Amino acid sequence: MRNLIRNHAVVADDWTFVPLPPPAEETIRKQAGKVVIFKLTGEPAATPEQIQATEIPSGKVIIPLSVWLARKEELAARVAASEIGVWLETHELVEDLVGSLPDINALPVIAIHFPRFADGRGFSIATLLRTRFGYRNEIRAVGDVLRDQLFYMKRCGFDAFAIREDRSAEEALASLRDFSEPYQGAVDNPLPVWRRYTRYCQHPFAERKYQPVHEDEVD
Amino acid sequence: MYLYDDIDQRLIDERVAQFRDQTRRYLAGQLTDDEFRPLRLQNGLYIQRHAPMLRVAIPYGLLSSAQLRKLAHIARVYDRGYAHFTTRQDIQFNWPQLERVPDILAELATVQMHAIQTSGNCVRNITTDQFAGVAPDEVVDPRPLAEILRQWSSFHPEFAYLPRKFKIAVNGSLNDRAVIRVHDIGLGFYRDAKGEIALQVWVGGGLGRTPMIGTLIREHLEWRHMLTYCEAILRVYNRYGRRDNAFKARIKILVKALGAEEFARQVEEEWSHLKDGPHTITEEEFQRVSGFFQRTNYATLDDYCPEFEQQLQTNRAFARWVERCVHPHKVPGYRAVTLSLKPTGVAPGDATADQMDSIAFLADRYSFGELRVSHEQNLILADVRVSDLYALWEQAKRIGVATPNIGLLTDIICCPGGDFCSLANAKSIPIARAIQEKFDDLDYLYDIGDLDLNISGCMNSCGHHHVAHIGVLGVDKDGAEWYQITLGGSQGNDAAIGTVIGPAFAAEEVPGVVQKLIETYVAERLEGERFIDTVRRVGIAPFKANVYAKEAAHA
Repeated sequence: MRNLIRNHAVVADDWTFVPLPPPAEETIRKQAGKVVIFKLTGEPAATPEQIQATEIPSGKVIIPLSVWLARKEELAARVAASEIGVWLETHELVEDLVGSLPDINALPVIAIHFPRFADGRGFSIATLLRTRFGYRNEIRAVGDVLRDQLFYMKRCGFDAFAIREDRSAEEALASLRDFSEPYQGAVDNPLPVWRRYTRYCQHPFAERKYQPVHEDEVD
Repeated sequence: MYLYDDIDQRLIDERVAQFRDQTRRYLAGQLTDDEFRPLRLQNGLYIQRHAPMLRVAIPYGLLSSAQLRKLAHIARVYDRGYAHFTTRQDIQFNWPQLERVPDILAELATVQMHAIQTSGNCVRNITTDQFAGVAPDEVVDPRPLAEILRQWSSFHPEFAYLPRKFKIAVNGSLNDRAVIRVHDIGLGFYRDAKGEIALQVWVGGGLGRTPMIGTLIREHLEWRHMLTYCEAILRVYNRYGRRDNAFKARIKILVKALGAEEFARQVEEEWSHLKDGPHTITEEEFQRVSGFFQRTNYATLDDYCPEFEQQLQTNRAFARWVERCVHPHKVPGYRAVTLSLKPTGVAPGDATADQMDSIAFLADRYSFGELRVSHEQNLILADVRVSDLYALWEQAKRIGVATPNIGLLTDIICCPGGDFCSLANAKSIPIARAIQEKFDDLDYLYDIGDLDLNISGCMNSCGHHHVAHIGVLGVDKDGAEWYQITLGGSQGNDAAIGTVIGPAFAAEEVPGVVQKLIETYVAERLEGERFIDTVRRVGIAPFKANVYAKEAAHA
C-alpha cells in the first residue's frame, strides 16, 4: 500500500511501524484510578508490561517512545546502523526523546502519532524538533492524517505523511499547495511576510484627499 | 482602515478555493461529517437548528460602507433579508444553504472580507474598542497592532487545532471598552515611562461555564515583542491545555491548574527562545500598518456649533438621543454616534438588508464611509461632524436605528438563543423582547440610568451575562426552560463576574424579577448613584430579599 508522501511525492514505505501491544485488561482494571499515570492532559502512559511485550522486528523500525526510553541500551547497535526511528503520542514530551540520546539526528525518522486529526499538539512537537532541537531528518505524521492538515503540517516541519489508509495519497498531494504566500513565518520559512517582501501602505485617506470632486475637473 | 494588497487578496482567494473543494468533497461523500466539521468551522460555518449559520469576520469591528453593502446583498440573495451582529464584532447569517457558502465567501473576498477562523478551536477574530482611534481617553490606537495580530494568527499552522477556541481582545484607552480581562489573552496598550508603546498581558479570562477574570502575567512588554509573546502563550497552551474534556479545555483552566505564577514562568521560559526572533515587529511594519489608520482628512472645525446647541434646547427627543447615542471625539467639531440595533421587538443586534444599505449610505454621507460594530451589538459612525448630528438623527430615526437607549436597560446584549442556536438550553430573544416591552417608558428608563442587562441562552455565555449588572442565563431543568439571574457583574477596568441571586425563574417571571431588582435599586440608591454602584455598596441581599419575598409569603 503506497500511502506515504515524502518530499512531495508518493513513495514506498521502507520503515516498519511498531505499535504498542494493547494493555492487558486485568492490569488496567486493577490500576484504574490508582497507579495509571495521568499527565495534565489526562492520557494514560504505557505500562511496563506493554513496553516489555513490544516485539521489535529486524530491519528499519519506528518504535514507541516509551519502548525506546526503557530499552535503548539493547538497541544501541541498531541505532548506529540507522535502523531505529521513534514515534511519540501527542501527549508525550518531545524533551524526553531529545534528552535520551546525545545526538537527536542519530534517529533517521521521528514519527508523531495523531490520535484524532483535531489534536493539534503534533504541530508544536514538530515545530520544536526543528526550531529548538535541531532535528534535520524525517518527521513523519502518522495516525489520523488527512489531506486538509497537510499544508499546516508541512509548514511545521513535517516532511512525510502517512495518509490514512482509506484515503488517496495521490489526491492529498494537491493540498500541500493550498496557499502560496502565508502571513506568518513557520518552520518552512521562518520569516513573516513583511520580512519577505516590501509591503506598502496604500494610504486610503491621503488618496481620497486628492481625488477630484467632480468629473469635469479632470482634463 | 486596512486595505488588502495582492498578498492579502491572494490568501483569501486561495481560502475560497480551498473551502470550495472541501465542500465539494463533503457533498460527494468523500469527507465524513466529523471530518468536515473542523474545516467548515474554521470558515465560520455551523450546522444549526434550522439551517447552517455562517459567521463572517469583521476584524476588530471595522467596516467600510462598501463592505456593509455587500453584507446587505448577501443577506438579500443568500439569506432571508437580515443578519445578526454578534458580541465578538462579527456578523452572522442564519439561513444560508451549505452548497452556496463557497459562493458567499467568494463574494466576501471581493470586498476584502472572509469567515476565516470565526469559529473552531483556533484564534478567533481580534476584538477591540468600538471607539478606537477617536476616543478622547485613548492612549494608543489599538488597530494597527490588532491588524498585525490578525495577519499573524490567520492560518497560523501551529495553532489551528488548539484544545479549544481562543479569543484575543486589545484595548488602548484608559477605560477598557473591549473587556480584555474576560478574554483568553487581553492586551492593554499604554505608554511606558519612556513614552514607548507597551503592553499589559492578561491571560485566562473568559466567560462560559467557568467564568473567570484574567490574570495579569506581564506588566510591561515592548510592543515589538507582541507576536513572539503571544506565540509563547499559545504554544504552552497548545501543548498542555486539556483535550480530554471540552468543558475544561480553555486556557483559563490551564492557568488555574498550574497556578498563574507557574503558567507565567512557563510562558517566559518559552518566550526566552523566541524573543528577538523573526516575528519581532519592525518599526517599518508598524509604521506601514499604522498608516492605514491615520485619518488625515478631518476638517478644521470649531467644537462649538450654535445650530446644534439650539437644536438641543428646542428638541427634547433629539437631546435625549444625543445624551445616550453621541459620544465624545478627540477631534474638535466631531462626535462618534451609536446607531442602536436594540429597538423593542427586534432581536438585539439584528439588521435588515435595507437597514444595512441605508446605514452604508449614512456612513458615506456623514462618516468617511466607515463604521464599526460594538461588542454590545450596535453600529457606530465614528466621525460625524457636530453640525451634521441633527440631520443624521432624522435619517437614522426613519430607518429605526435611533432608539435613544445606549447604555440603558433596554440596550440588551443577547445571543441568538434557542430560536436559532443548537447549543442553547433556552430561548433568549423573547426574554429580551419581554423585558424591553416592560420597560418601554423612556422617562423611567432614563431615571434608572446606566445599566447593563445581558442574556445568554446557555452556559457558553455568548450574551456575556456574567459581566452584566443584571445577567440572565437560560438553563435547562428537566426539559423546561428556566432562567437564572446574576447580579453585580461588570465589564471595563473593574470587570467582575456577577453573583447568582438564587433559584431560577420561568420565562414569564423574568420581566417581573427585573422590575423588582430595579425597584430595590430605586429604593436603596443614593443621589446620583448608578445601579452597579448601589449593588456594590449594599450587596445583593436586599435585592434577593425583594425578589424572593413573595414566594416566601406564599410558602
